[in-house]
Formats: sequence, structure tokens, C-alpha cells
Amino acid sequence: MKEYVMGNGAIALGALAAGVNLVAGYPGTPSSEIIETVSKYPHEGIHLEWSVNEKAALEVAVAAAYSGARALVTMKQMGLNVASDPLMSAAYVGVKGGLVIVSADDPGPISSQTEQDTRRYADFCRIPVFDPASPEEAFKMIQDAFDYSEKYCTPVLFRPTTRVCHAYASIDVPDDYSPKKYEGFVRDPLKWVIFPRLSHRNHGLIEERNINIGKDFSEYKFNSVTGGKSDKAVIASGVSYAYARECLKDHEEIKLIRIATAFPCPEAFLLKALDGVSEVLCIEELSPYIEEQVLKTAGRHHLDIRVSGKLDGKVPHNGETSVELISQILTGFLGISCGSGQMEAEDVPALPMRPPVLCAGCPHRASFYAVKKAMKGRKAIFCGDIGCYTLGNAMPLDMVDTCLCMGAGITMAQGFDHLHRDETCFAFVGDSTFFASGITGVVNAVYNEADMILCVLDNSTTAMTGHQPHPGTGRNMMGNIVDKVDIAKVLNGIGVRKVITVDPLDLDRSVEAVRECAAESGVKAIIFKSPCIAITKPEKKCLIDQEKCIKCKKCIREIGCPALITTGSKGNTPGCAGSAPMEAMDGTADSPDGKRPDEVVVIDRNLCTGCNLCAQICPVHAIGGEDRE
Amino acid sequence: MNKDIMICGVGGQGTVLASKIIAASAMEEGNTVHSAETIGMAQRGGSVTSHVRIGDRAYSPLIPSGSADLILAFEPAEAVRNLKYLKKGGMAVVNRIPTKPVTESLHPSGYNGTEMIEYLQGKCDCIFVDADEVCASFGSTKFFNIIILGIAAGSGRLGIDKDTILAQIAKRVPARFADINRRAFLKGYEIGAGAA
Repeated sequence: MKEYVMGNGAIALGALAAGVNLVAGYPGTPSSEIIETVSKYPHEGIHLEWSVNEKAALEVAVAAAYSGARALVTMKQMGLNVASDPLMSAAYVGVKGGLVIVSADDPGPISSQTEQDTRRYADFCRIPVFDPASPEEAFKMIQDAFDYSEKYCTPVLFRPTTRVCHAYASIDVPDDYSPKKYEGFVRDPLKWVIFPRLSHRNHGLIEERNINIGKDFSEYKFNSVTGGKSDKAVIASGVSYAYARECLKDHEEIKLIRIATAFPCPEAFLLKALDGVSEVLCIEELSPYIEEQVLKTAGRHHLDIRVSGKLDGKVPHNGETSVELISQILTGFLGISCGSGQMEAEDVPALPMRPPVLCAGCPHRASFYAVKKAMKGRKAIFCGDIGCYTLGNAMPLDMVDTCLCMGAGITMAQGFDHLHRDETCFAFVGDSTFFASGITGVVNAVYNEADMILCVLDNSTTAMTGHQPHPGTGRNMMGNIVDKVDIAKVLNGIGVRKVITVDPLDLDRSVEAVRECAAESGVKAIIFKSPCIAITKPEKKCLIDQEKCIKCKKCIREIGCPALITTGSKGNTPGCAGSAPMEAMDGTADSPDGKRPDEVVVIDRNLCTGCNLCAQICPVHAIGGEDRE
Repeated sequence: MNKDIMICGVGGQGTVLASKIIAASAMEEGNTVHSAETIGMAQRGGSVTSHVRIGDRAYSPLIPSGSADLILAFEPAEAVRNLKYLKKGGMAVVNRIPTKPVTESLHPSGYNGTEMIEYLQGKCDCIFVDADEVCASFGSTKFFNIIILGIAAGSGRLGIDKDTILAQIAKRVPARFADINRRAFLKGYEIGAGAA
């Protein structure tokens, strides 16, 4: 059957078609939909899980692969940093069943902290990597990845990028697939127990094997050459290859070399492809990995060839490539016009910025505000973390002083505390991040006598990446209802003596909890517990009583909720028939000073979730009441 | 058929459903289709785009600049933001009603959409439509995504048969809304046919 799916869906379906037995991962854009897709298609007999983090996911999968089963692990590129410990060792030990680790890179970066390149990890760990250019390829290539993994008894990396993960295409899905029949774990300490002697022996074997994989990859169907014999050639990989093809579709005579397996380098293929070429341009995203392979190959074989790309400044190091960028570079390199024309952008009016903000009614806003209010006038450092709540850095909240990596806020708050004894050090961490890598940090704080306040922003989901369940939610990817891991009990169990659980939407109690914790020494924790508004249905809406409102705009200035808007009073009643933001735009021109005499503050009923935070801030109690319209 | 269609707007306006219906309809008529959508940090209120590429020679998942045959803009500033994708001779269907940024009350920008419409008028072939007005009889601007699809189909620029699209709409919306969506599409179709 034909299925129109996202690249991530194609990867999932390819793994199912390959007979995968176990799938594990941790959510992270752009990789999250792989596991979600597996869960939506028949997967009887397959173990499926969101693991607590990428390291756990990979270790679970390694055991499956030792048992002869096929295992898929999914994560975003930075997740591979977390999983790098088992990855490196598993690369030395090897596997029996196919083990494919999908690490989705995010050039741009669009929703990541780094622009790291998974292909470097492949080289670092000395394991093969596959680099699809489209969802169709990803579907086939992931199946090849399993075959290569078993053929060479090695973990294999699979590296799609955002534009492949999130592109849609039609995939021919087999109607019938079933998990692989596997032998089971066979004890063999000389094989499965990593010791210096094993590492020494396997290191040598791995390098010999990689020469063979390079030869094998030289025959691999996705390493291809199109176009004719020419002095100048273009090498591209991943989605840059798709872009280059787009640019060159009216110039099919140009030699276009595509490398789909960056490591081990398919050297024989490359040598053949470069035969007769005197100038080559390498186009790739992230690092100049292929460019370096071409340079090495040229050096080793004394090729008289000029190699261009990132290293000589022809291709930018940072950011995504695009048809437009490649078109410009190719036009310069080849001296012919490539790509399509572009409309001239002249005198473009100033476009409104639409930055990401915490949603209207987001409980994180209330948690940040409570801490801010409680600590007003006192010295404090606020360590943030990875999740929606990183957006707490925006004005007017301005409550995130640092953000480094998953779980770092907790340990960084301790570092700050040791050097700033007169400041109160806070760490904000989401529930999923707490389970992923927060707990050990808290143990560290207890053990090393840090003074800090841990704020767990518990919204009962992994919100940022699309609401995946986690150990605190009470359900898992096998569709089972399971015991919830209780964050308060965990904290008590690891030695946090003071743990207060509070509803952040109760402002007074929340402020009181923060003050109470700030008055004590040691490690204290506040669990701000309120569900994500994107997965709950609001029961009510707030309204502003225009007769009482004194237009002080304190609500807007203090919390910056998107549902609080100002508008002309020209008969606009937000929320009546249709969309309030649209109605609110009545075309009334602002006066030069930006103030309008008839301006009123209203609540956009389409956005309001009735969280009531603004009502608790209003100095004249003009906001409130359940609207029983 | 080779055709590139860009759909743009603000998160929450229903652009994704519109792109899914176009993609499914084009496939139903035997075309190869690729598409790509904004995913990730773009929440409600952020700029969103969908790229729908119909035809066998679309390699890039995103529409190259200057290649779109049609832009369906759910918001005037988003039409301007994405105008670079339109090819010479292409057409844009644009909602006149602006959506101010969610940060507007905190950081007023004075944006009200009029300068965008003036700019567009001088740049390309446009059909402007007032979403509030055309949606009034349907009781909610939520139907605008189906109406704008109708306009695109009615204008003849979409190149997909009316009944193919109607069948896909029926397939993708809840049964109790099937009739109102059908009427919304046909109303748009009429506007599009009249403007063409």
C-alpha cells in the first residue's frame, strides 16, 4: 500500500519492513515522529519505548542486538552526546543482530543548541553512517543499514537532517512484515565483556574491516554519479544533494557526485568519479566532512585536483544550505546560470516579528512569575534548562539566566552557589528533563552540600517535542498504564528534606513556597504541578470588567500573556463569532505616541485558558469570573 | 503536471489541513507529490509555511525561490514574507485581515496589514479576500482554510478538479462538519472563478 508520510515516518516504516524487534529513543526535534509512527502501525511482537534518555535507549537496544535481534534507536543529534558512552564501547564490542542508531542532525540550527555533525561521530567511533537525501531514500536506506550492521557485526549510524525528517512523500509500504526471528543471547565473556585486551584486539580488526566496508560502499547504489565527463564536478550529500539536483535539472551534463555513506569513505568510488576532474566543489551541511575525505583521497593518490567547499570559504560553515544558496555557489563555480529566477525584493515593508512565546495559560509562566515575585529585590541566579520553559527568558518574565544542555541547570546552580554564597541559586527543570538527566544532579547537590532551590515545572508531559509520555505520566509506548514515578518521592528518597508541591496557578501559595525555601539552607525543591494547556481542555475563560479596569496594563507588563491584548473600544467584543485577533484589528491607526485614547485591555477568548493568573495580579480585581456564556 | 504551491500563515489558522488536502487531491489525480511543513518551535502565533510540490522533477523538499505557481496566504504580512517564492506570472490569494504578533500588546509594532496589501498590489497578480466577511455566514473564521482552497481551485490556477478536492475534504473533516465545509469550498470556488 502507498502511504504519504513524513521522512521520520518513512524511517519507521523502513525499520518495520526490516523486521525490527525493539525500538527505543528519547524525543527530540527533528527525530520524535519515528517512534510515534511505529506506534501507529501494527507492531505486534515489537518492544517499543520512550526511554528516560538516549543513553538508556541505546543500552536497551545494545542488549537486543547482542541477542541477535534487530534494534532501532532514535534521537536528535545532541542526544547522541548523551548516548556516546555506550556507543563508543558498543563500537568496540560489536553486535550480532542489526543495531541502527538514528541521530537526526539539525542544520540551522532550527530547534537545537548545536550544529554538530553526526558523521563525525561515525568517524570517531569507526562505524558506518548512512545519509539519506529524501524520505523515499530513507525508507530504503534504513533497511540497508540493518543489513550492513549484521553483515559487519557493527552498530550503524543513520543520519537524516531536519529537511529529510520533516518532508512528506509517498512510500510503498509492504502489507506484510514481521519482526525478525532471533537466536537469543549466547553467553560468551570473551565477546561481550569489554576489557582492555578485547579493545586492543578489536581496534585492529575494526580498522581492517572498515577498509572492506569502504570497498563495499564503493558499490553501494546510493553512492552515485550523474552527468557527463567534465573538468569540473560537484559533490553533495544529504539534502544538499537534492538541492543540487534541483539547481542542475536543466544542466544534466554537469557531473554530480553523491556520497550517501560518508564513513568509511568509499574511496574506490570516489577515485573513479573524480577521474578526469580538475576542480571539485563539495556541498554539504554542518562540517566539511566529505570535503576532508576528498582532500585525503587526493593527497594519498597524488591527484592534481582543486578541492573547494567550506575550507576555502566557498560554502558557509554554519546554517542550512538551500536551493538559493547552492544555485548562487554553482553559478559562480560553473560559470553557467543554475536554478530559477527570483523575484526582486525591493522596498519590502517592515515585517512583524513573530517570536515563539510561552502559550497563553502556560503554567510555566505562573511558576516563573511566582519565583520572580518572591525574590524581588534579592540577589538570585536562575538556571534554566531544555524545554518549552527556556522561553521563560523572554521579557517581561526574564527568568532564565543560563541554558546549557539537558539537566545542566541543576548542577550549574550548585556551581554558582559555591562561588556566590550571598545569592539564592535556582534551577528550573521540566518533568521529562528531570527524569532524563536531573536526578543525578540533585544527588550531587545533596552530597556536596549545595544551597539551592530546585523548581520542577511538572506539566505531566514532554511538551516541547509533541507531548510524549514519560515515567511520571503513568503510561508507556506499549499502550500500558503503569505506576507513575512520583517526583516528590524520588526527591525525598535521594535526600532532599524539603519538598513542596504547589499549583503554580495559585499565585499566593506559590510565592509563599518560594519564600519558605529561600529562608532555609540546603537543597530545597518546589514541584510546580499543573498540566500543559495544550493537552487539557480549558473549563473556563477570564473576562475583564471594563467598568472596573483602570487601564494600568499591569497584567500585560508583568506576565506578557498572549491572550491579553489592547484594542480600540470601537465595539469590539473579543470572542464573539470568529476569531478575536482578527476582529481586534479594526484598522484604527495608532497615534504618533503609540497611545490611543480609546484603547482598552481585553482578553482574547480564543487563547484564554482561564488560568486566572492575570486575575491574581490585577490591582483592582477587574479580571475574573467564570464566563458562563 | 508540475506545480509548486506555497501555503503560509500564522500557527493555528489551519494551513496544514489545506496543504494536506491539496497534496492528497493531486495524488488522487495520479501526480507525484512532495510537501514540507513548519514543525518544531513554531507554536500558535508563529509564522508557518507549507510547501506542496506536484510533479516528478521536484527534488528539493522546499519550493525554490521564484518557483511557486500559487501562494495561498492566510495573512497579509506572511504573503509578503514568502513572496520571494512566487514565480513571475504566479498568483497569490491573500487574506486581507492581519494577525498581529502575539507580542503586540507588550511591544507594539503598529502593524495593521494595510502596507502589506499596498506592497502586494504592486508586485503580483493577487486575489484579496476578507476572511471575516467571507466566513461570516459560516459562523467562524475556522472555515477560511477551506474557502481559500475553493478560491484557488475556482481561479483555475490549482489545476486540480473540483470534485477531487471535495472528495478529499469529505474524507478529512468530521462527518458532522462535512456539509458546512462543502459549502465553504463552493463559496470560495465561486469567488475564485469570478476573480479569474
